[in-house]
This record gives sequence, structure tokens and C-alpha cells, in this order.
Amino acid sequence: MTGTPTPAQIAARAEARDQVRTELRSRVGGKAETEVAAPRVGPEEVTGAQSIVRSLEEVGADVVFGIPGGAILPTYDPLMDSAKLRHILVRHEQGGGHAASGYAHATGRVGVTMATSGPGATNLVTPIADANMDSIPMVAITGQVASAAIGTDAFQEADIVGITMPITKHSYLVTDPAEIPRTIAEAFHIASTGRPGPVLVDIAKSAMQSRTTFSWPQELNLPGYHPVTKPHSKQIREAAKLLATARRPVLYVGGGVIRAGAADLLRQLVDLSGAPVVTTLMARGAVPDSHPQHLGMPGMHGTVPAVAALQKADLVFALGARFDDRVTGKLSSFAPLAAIIHADIDPAEIGKNREADVPIVGDLREVIGDLLPELAREHEAHGKPDVEGWWRQLDEWRRTYPRGYNEPEDGHLSPQHVIQRLGEMTGPDAIYVAGVGQHQMWAAQFISYEHPNTWINSGGLGTMGYSIPAAMGAKVGQPDRTVWAVDGDGCFQMTNQELATCTINDIPIKVALINNSSLGMVRQWQTLFYESRYSNTDLHTGHGTMRVPDFVKLADAYGCEGIRVEHASDVDAAIKRANEIDDRPVVVDFTVSRDAMVWPMVAAGVSNDDIQYARGISPAWERED
Amino acid sequence: MSRHTLSVLVENKPGVLTRVAGLFARRAFNIHSLAVGPTEHEEISRITVVVDVEEHPLEQVTKQLNKLIHVIKIVELEPESSVHRELLLVKVRADAATRTGVLEVVEMFRARVVDVVPDSVVIEATGPAAKLDSLLAALEPYGVREIVKSGTLAIGRGARSITDRAFERAVRSA
Repeated sequence: MTGTPTPAQIAARAEARDQVRTELRSRVGGKAETEVAAPRVGPEEVTGAQSIVRSLEEVGADVVFGIPGGAILPTYDPLMDSAKLRHILVRHEQGGGHAASGYAHATGRVGVTMATSGPGATNLVTPIADANMDSIPMVAITGQVASAAIGTDAFQEADIVGITMPITKHSYLVTDPAEIPRTIAEAFHIASTGRPGPVLVDIAKSAMQSRTTFSWPQELNLPGYHPVTKPHSKQIREAAKLLATARRPVLYVGGGVIRAGAADLLRQLVDLSGAPVVTTLMARGAVPDSHPQHLGMPGMHGTVPAVAALQKADLVFALGARFDDRVTGKLSSFAPLAAIIHADIDPAEIGKNREADVPIVGDLREVIGDLLPELAREHEAHGKPDVEGWWRQLDEWRRTYPRGYNEPEDGHLSPQHVIQRLGEMTGPDAIYVAGVGQHQMWAAQFISYEHPNTWINSGGLGTMGYSIPAAMGAKVGQPDRTVWAVDGDGCFQMTNQELATCTINDIPIKVALINNSSLGMVRQWQTLFYESRYSNTDLHTGHGTMRVPDFVKLADAYGCEGIRVEHASDVDAAIKRANEIDDRPVVVDFTVSRDAMVWPMVAAGVSNDDIQYARGISPAWERED
Repeated sequence: MSRHTLSVLVENKPGVLTRVAGLFARRAFNIHSLAVGPTEHEEISRITVVVDVEEHPLEQVTKQLNKLIHVIKIVELEPESSVHRELLLVKVRADAATRTGVLEVVEMFRARVVDVVPDSVVIEATGPAAKLDSLLAALEPYGVREIVKSGTLAIGRGARSITDRAFERAVRSA
């Protein structure tokens, strides 16, 4: 189409390109970290491996959970000399990933995990997917085979960037050592801003071994990344109006409130609005359970008042929640009478499952911060809304359907009793970390949470085995707080090798093993939906079995204190003793009844209206309408 | 189902096409056609993707695309206010007896012959999808031996440029 360009055209194009580059870079100029004048550090002559360690130090990481191996080996050499980075040698990369997650959950800071190429990296797939579902800020650094060997099916080669593309917020493959500092700076920025999530940085071994320069801070080059944090004022006014006039409002609080660090502001909104509040599995602790307007957890195993409130509400205000199927039940019948205000930092969550009448995109601190004066103005102008009738209804549900459980008929220990006593005796300042299954639901129901970041669990992905390594990470992040892993015998057998890490590195977590000798939640579904045909759910670890493994002996082998509790009368003494031990991990093997079930329950795929308070007992809504 | 054309401005980085295509697959959206190439800005590539999807899922896929770090901007190009073109290369049987007929069709559709051998020709044509479909229908009786088509390319009508506007906005927001 065109002939050979003239020198003037070439020059003009080059100038245009430079202008574009400048513009691209200036797009990230608003971020504090990127206001770069002169480098504060460097340029230093280093290896790529040293550059990785220096970058992690400068970006503010203090703990790395990882395991060395061939392709990451160059990085482990300078890591040994770092005075700022504590590396904790885990026993399995999955443990390292979940530990980074637990650390991030407990501190709000970015968790860091490190692994080698191939199997090391693929072992991180589960924790990365887990962090992605639960919006956990995490950076995973993996070694990759030398750049010349990439694509040749080299020893321990795996395309981990390709493998994790659907489960990361972003990922990088670094082959040029000069890109290491900027990449790590960007990875931490992306992981911790907007909707947090995991970022993978895969670095070729050859880049670690090459000479390069290191300087800090780094200019970020992210022209396509600018999370909206400031909500639209018109939407805030709309939300305030609806909230000020609704007769049956509910604040539906999700984990986003905790990620945003907005629990204190939320408390003000709860108080000002007078509305009832429910906290999802990811949001337990965002509002104190002792708060009189708190109805508990909604969803499949939520409280009857929380589930019923949403079903009968005329306004549902979702804050950092994503209308997950475990909360909504059958979506088409969820909160059928309610107008929806949906506030979230991630625009893609709004309208994904339930259309929002008032969509608000923004950081929840800013959203609630802007909403409070607006709501106060509405109240001043039009008076507070009349929610008395609503509260009479809610209180009746609370009186009729309180939290509770039946003692098991087989005479064995009740798991709910154990967990309730654990919470009562240890208190709300401890951190509770659950695996996935019945014990997780009971820990969410029967422990009272008063503060954010004191309840840690795998919500979205439902990762069995999460508890032990995540508790380890939480304890590293919050060494002065008591950390209880509430785990099941199934989960525990997936990741208990990290007890070795805990013992050796002086990370004294406590484990309440709710040992019902089975994959309890699956067994519960078999009881309810498969005519009590218990296909492959018996684990032989409890009453009257071979006890393989014997958890007390296993604890002993790992250098932990092992305690077995079989009777209700011994529960308090065991918890007391465990709480007194702080020089090594403790494992309390509570061998409980296997027939205990999690109630209330909304069966999968059915309407929340069909919630069962206990087996065969459904609330009779028509009387209350 | 209705057809939508999205212009996606992305950073010119390795793997960006995989990220975009993977997202469509993962969220169960069906790509009708996809074309990718450079733009006037060296650091930016443009992906034109045509999808068959309802309005609500389209909004969702746009939002999900926007979450990809390498995606800078997404614009839906409405048919009435934009130009859509595909490129077609088609190999058709054409011997001494039928060549005149084939060339008449070529003439009618303002297509071009780009290769000739004694028993066939290769025809190049550009245009909106409907025109190319008509061309193929007209050639069909002569014997279509091979077809290759590009994905749709699309650009808005008028003086405004979505790439420039992307940068203006960027500079303002910085």
C-alpha cells in the first residue's frame, strides 16, 4: 500500500512511539509506589537470583514459605544470607501455598510462597486456585527451566503460567533478568490492590544465573490495570435513599469487607441503619457476633433467621459478597421480594448472578465512608425508617430457631459441644482456622467471632487440607495470638506433614481434631440423599476402629503434644491444657460421634425457603407472613 | 442469540491472545471469529472478536475481559456505526469451458483473481460476511475446492479513534 517510508516519516513514527510509551507509563503514575524520581536503592550489580531476593526485601515481604529444587536453586543461595526475609522450609508445596494464604488472611499483607519448576510448581496449583476463589493476596514465585530449554519437555519442565492462567489474577514468565525487580513490584501491586488475588511469577533459571542490575523502587508498567476504588456519588445517594426507606432491609456482608479492612466502618453503617446484618462464611468476624443486629451466617448451613431475613427482605444490600450458590440456594428463588444494592470492588461480580438495582463499584472503605454521611442526611430529612415490625419478625425467628444441636444418640462426644467449648474457653482474640467439611461449618456456627481476620477458612474452592498449613501461616503472621486449627480427620490426613514444619520452626499452633472417623460431610449427604449407603467415607480413625493412623502417636512423632479426648467430661481439661502449652504444637484428638450432622441445612439446588432447621423440621413460613 | 463484535485493545505481550481466548472458553462463550494484529501504537495490539451471545452474558464477558491485566480497552462496534470486513481466498475449478463464467462472478463481486492455472483459479475478495457468502454461493456451481477466511475486522465510522481516546483517558486518569 505505501512505499518505502522517508527518513522524516520514520522519525515521526519513532517520536509517536516514544510518546505512547511515555503515556503508557504515566498511566500508573498515580500509585504511590510508582512516583519514581531517582532510585532509592542501586543500581547494584547483582545476579538475577540476588535481584529476586533484593526485590522481595524491598517490596516489604518478610516471610517466604517454600521448598527449593533444581530450577529455583540459584535463588536459595542469596536467600540464605537475607537478613530481612525469613524462609520457612515447608514439607509440601501445597502446604507452602496455604501457609502463605493463612499468613495473608491473618495479616492482610501479601503472602509469599516459593517453589521449583515442574512438580514443585504444579503442587501450588491447589493453593493458587484456593487464593483466587477467596481473593487472597498472594505471590507465588516458581523456578522455570533455563530459557533455552523452555518448550523442549526438559527435566522438571511444566508450563505453569499456562496451567495457572485460569486461576491467577495475573502471571508472568520472566526470562530477562533485567525484568525481575519490576515484575516482582508489579506482582505485589496486583496481588494486593483492587480485588486481591494470587499472582504467579515464573522465573527461568538462566535469568537467575545471569548478571543484571538491581534498583528500587520500580516504575510499574500496567496500562490496563486501574481498579476503581471511588464509588459513583449518584449510586451512593441511590443506595442511601433505598436504605433509608426500606421496611425490611438486610445487610448481606461478604468477605470483601474483611479484605477491604472496612469492618470498623461497617459497624457504623450497621448502627446507623438499624438494619439486620448477616455475615457469610467468608465474612465471619466482620461484624461482632455479639452485636444485637447480627443474625448470623446465611446460606446452606446458615441460621434460620439469617436465611429467612434474606428471603423476606424488601432490600438486600450486598457488601463485598458475590451471591455464591452456597448463599443463594436456588438462585431464581433467592430473596425474591428484594431490591438489590450491590457494592463490590470487582465490577464483574455485580450482576453476575443477581441483577443489581443499584450497582456500586468501589473499595468498601470508600463506599461505606461515602454512604454514612449520605444516609445520615436522608435520616435527617425524612426520619429513620420504621423497621420495628421487621425486628419483631426477626426476633421471633431468633427465639424460635436459636443456634443449637442434639446430643448424638450413640452416646459419643458431640462435635458441636467440643467446638463451642473451644470458642468459649479460648475467646474471640484467638484465630480459628478450619479445613473443609462438617467441622468447618460447626466452627463457623458455634464459635463466636468478634473481630475480623480471626476466622480463616477455604470458602470458595472448599479445599480439604487447608487448615494445618494455613494455621501455620497465620501463626507466623500473628505470633502473639493463639491459633487453633479446627480440623477434621479427613482434612488432617491431607496436609498434616506441616506439623513437622511447625515443630522445627517454633510455630506452636493448636489443632482441635474433630475426629468422626469419616469424611463427615460426604457421609452426611450419603445419610440424607443416598439412603445411608456409606460408599468410601469410612476412615477408621475413631471409636472402635484400628485407629490408623493413631493421631496421638502421630502428634508425638512430629514432636507435638498429643491429647485424646473421648468423653464430654474431659473436653474442658484438654482445651485448658492445650491453651497452656506454648512451646510446641498441640494436637487434641477429639473422637466424636460420626452421626452428628450439620443443621440447619438447605439442600443443594433447592430454594432457601425450604431450609430445614433440623432433620425433617422446616419452619412454617405461612404462619409468619 | 445475537452477534456482537468487540474490539479489544491489549498490550502487545506474549500470551495475551491465550488469555483472551482462554477466558472465552472458560466462561463458556462461543467465539464466532477472531482476528488479531498490530495497531498504530507499537505496544498495543487489537483483537477483533465476534461472539454469539445474549446481552446479559455479553456484559459479563466484557467485564471479565476487562479484568485481564493486559486488556486496555474494550469497545463494542455496532453494525450500523462501523465497517466490518472479512478477507476470503477461494480456490475454484475453472477450465477453458467455465473460466469465463467464473470471471464474470469475480467481476460482479468486485473480487480479484490472484492465481491462475489451467484448471483452477484463486480468487481474493473482501467485504462484509454477507457479501462473501453470496460470492461463495455464486461460485459453488463451478466447484469450490478450498476456502480460507480471515476473522472479521471492524472499525468505527467517523473521525473518532478508539485507540486515541484510550490514551487520552489514560493520560487524564494518571
